[in-house]
Amino acid sequence: MSILVLADLHDGHLADATAHVVAAAQQIAPSSGGDIHVLVAGDDVQGAAEAAAALDGVSKVRVADHAVYAHQLAEPMGALLVALADDYSHVLASASTTGKNVLPRLAALKDVSQLSEIIAVESADTFQRPIYAGNAIATVKSDDPLKVISVRTTAFDAVARSSQDQGSAAIERVDTVVENSQSTFVKEALAQSDRPELGGAKIVISGGRGMGNGDNFKLLDGIADKLGAAIGASRAAVDAGFVPNDMQVGQTGKIVAPDLYIAVGISGAIQHLAGMKDSKVIVAINKDEEAPIFQVADYGLVGDLFEVLPALESKL
Amino acid sequence: MKVLVAVKRVIDYNVKIRVKPDHSDVDLTNVKMAMNPFCEIAVEEAVRLKERGVASEVVAVTVGPKAAQEQLRTALALGADRAIHLETDERVESLAVAKLLAKVVEDEQPGLTILGKQAIDTDNNQTGQMLAALSGLPQGTFASEVVVDGDKLQVTREIDGGLQTVELTLPAIVTTDLRLNEPRYAKLPDIMKAKKKPLDVKTPAELGVEVGSRVSLLKVTPPPERQGGVKVGSVDELVDKLKNEAKVL
Ligand SMILES: Cc1cc2nc3c(=O)[nH]c(=O)nc-3n(C[C@H](O)[C@H](O)[C@H](O)COP(=O)(O)OP(=O)(O)OC[C@H]3O[C@@H](n4cnc5c(N)ncnc54)[C@H](O)[C@@H]3O)c2cc1C
Ligand SMILES: Nc1ncnc2c1ncn2[C@@H]1O[C@H](COP(=O)(O)O)[C@@H](O)[C@H]1O
Repeated sequence: MSILVLADLHDGHLADATAHVVAAAQQIAPSSGGDIHVLVAGDDVQGAAEAAAALDGVSKVRVADHAVYAHQLAEPMGALLVALADDYSHVLASASTTGKNVLPRLAALKDVSQLSEIIAVESADTFQRPIYAGNAIATVKSDDPLKVISVRTTAFDAVARSSQDQGSAAIERVDTVVENSQSTFVKEALAQSDRPELGGAKIVISGGRGMGNGDNFKLLDGIADKLGAAIGASRAAVDAGFVPNDMQVGQTGKIVAPDLYIAVGISGAIQHLAGMKDSKVIVAINKDEEAPIFQVADYGLVGDLFEVLPALESKL
Repeated sequence: MKVLVAVKRVIDYNVKIRVKPDHSDVDLTNVKMAMNPFCEIAVEEAVRLKERGVASEVVAVTVGPKAAQEQLRTALALGADRAIHLETDERVESLAVAKLLAKVVEDEQPGLTILGKQAIDTDNNQTGQMLAALSGLPQGTFASEVVVDGDKLQVTREIDGGLQTVELTLPAIVTTDLRLNEPRYAKLPDIMKAKKKPLDVKTPAELGVEVGSRVSLLKVTPPPERQGGVKVGSVDELVDKLKNEAKVL
């Protein structure tokens, strides 16, 4: 049977996460013996559907374009997936806040378990996933007739977009319209930034409680500008109101795995490490030489960030 | 309005877990256990709703072994009025927990049910959403603000791009995120009083719920160990190493 991937949308456009989830689906497909379909659901999402159709390995895109799916609210999205799921052996979504919100509803209504945040595919029914803040890796096997799976996007390299001459997948309308009188969208306050998205950035520089206040995060701006980096933060920095919640890196925030991660004024609690320890190269800047972050850092610099950061910016 | 809160007994968040040498599971012997931090936030929110006169009664529920009654007593000390223990020694997956909680929701008819967004042991982030689906109720997950307004609930949610506000009809299910509130500590007199509050024990069988799962745990391994690297003496040295050794600049 085929595999269905729920597309992530970002401002109505196809989000990068989807190409990573399709990559995970491609690893399952040989042993499940099916095609890969992508479901794009939302309001006015034809453009996103076309972008999904150009992803390598995708044979069909199903589009549910209707106002009831606007903002991908959990109740109608769950019902839509339930209506489509019988055609599939696997339903995958990224472990984004949308995937996390919607997928368990499908699993529950189909009376199957969900496997959250897989990081490796061993076969069509066996997967690896981190537990206990990534301090252990569980290998789990599902005998459920439908596998409902969320995917940690940093663990799978994105598939490419097919080149023009290869053509793209068929796009097919889904006419299922579900009722929703239980939830309504009120408003959204989304961070506006010209920087790369945290989850996909090649370089991430994060600030912690040591930054002292929100204003001091400006010290990271100049460096991020020069490096084309995304800016992240520890929970302590978010809780203290220095920066907004969408910047939190960690077990219960965003998971990142860039080529270079620079932790500034962050002690290195296990919950923070859970979100960044798969980065290729880790740099820690901290004035306390005993800080646990140094145990995972490839390059540690013991010093006061208020001296180190301006010097670093000028040397780049 | 009655508020139901689901609390889970997990390892204390400060503990770094070890994998058993035979790779069958993690080793929980003599490990400090506590209430899941997101559940503490759930209890706190319920208690505040009661203090504001919005909630009339707060009921705490857990699924787990006998020892999980410690976490129910903690919830009672923090201000819950009574507790329900669904006792089982089996490993209970989120789906089975959600089925059990759906039974409790059916019996108790709470106006609002609050869960944590994620248990820090399995890191599943599923149960609240599953409960909502099984009970046919709307959900406000990853909540950083909850406002009851008549028969409606406004929930501000922490989403990847920032914050989203949705309005739900009541009854509804909410899962907590870190910024919803800062949980209080239980005071000694309240801990004493909690011992006398009602705590009902039932089994999954009595509720007619099968807790087994079709997911098996084949093995548990430690993650690849990260080797600590070197300390550099200066910013110049750092930039040089990043350029010429790590080649990431
Ligand atoms: C349920 C739960 C979930 C959590 N989820 C997350 C999560 O997803 N992400 C996360 O990050 N945390 C998370 N945490 C919190 C985590 O346990 C830590 O509390 C948090 O990561 C600490 O942040 P910090 O390192 O910025 O602050 P601190 O631990 O206070 O460290 C600040 C560091 O800054 C250094 N410093 C101070 N001043 C300077 C200076 N001038 N120059 C250089 N260095 C300086 C200090 O030496 C210190 O090491 C979670 C906790 C719980 C209970
Ligand atoms: N065994 C349990 N008993 C009571 N509540 C639970 C249990 N397991 C999960 N929950 C609730 O569901 C939330 C999310 O857990 P999970 O979906 O397993 O990550 C927890 O914070 C609890 O509120």
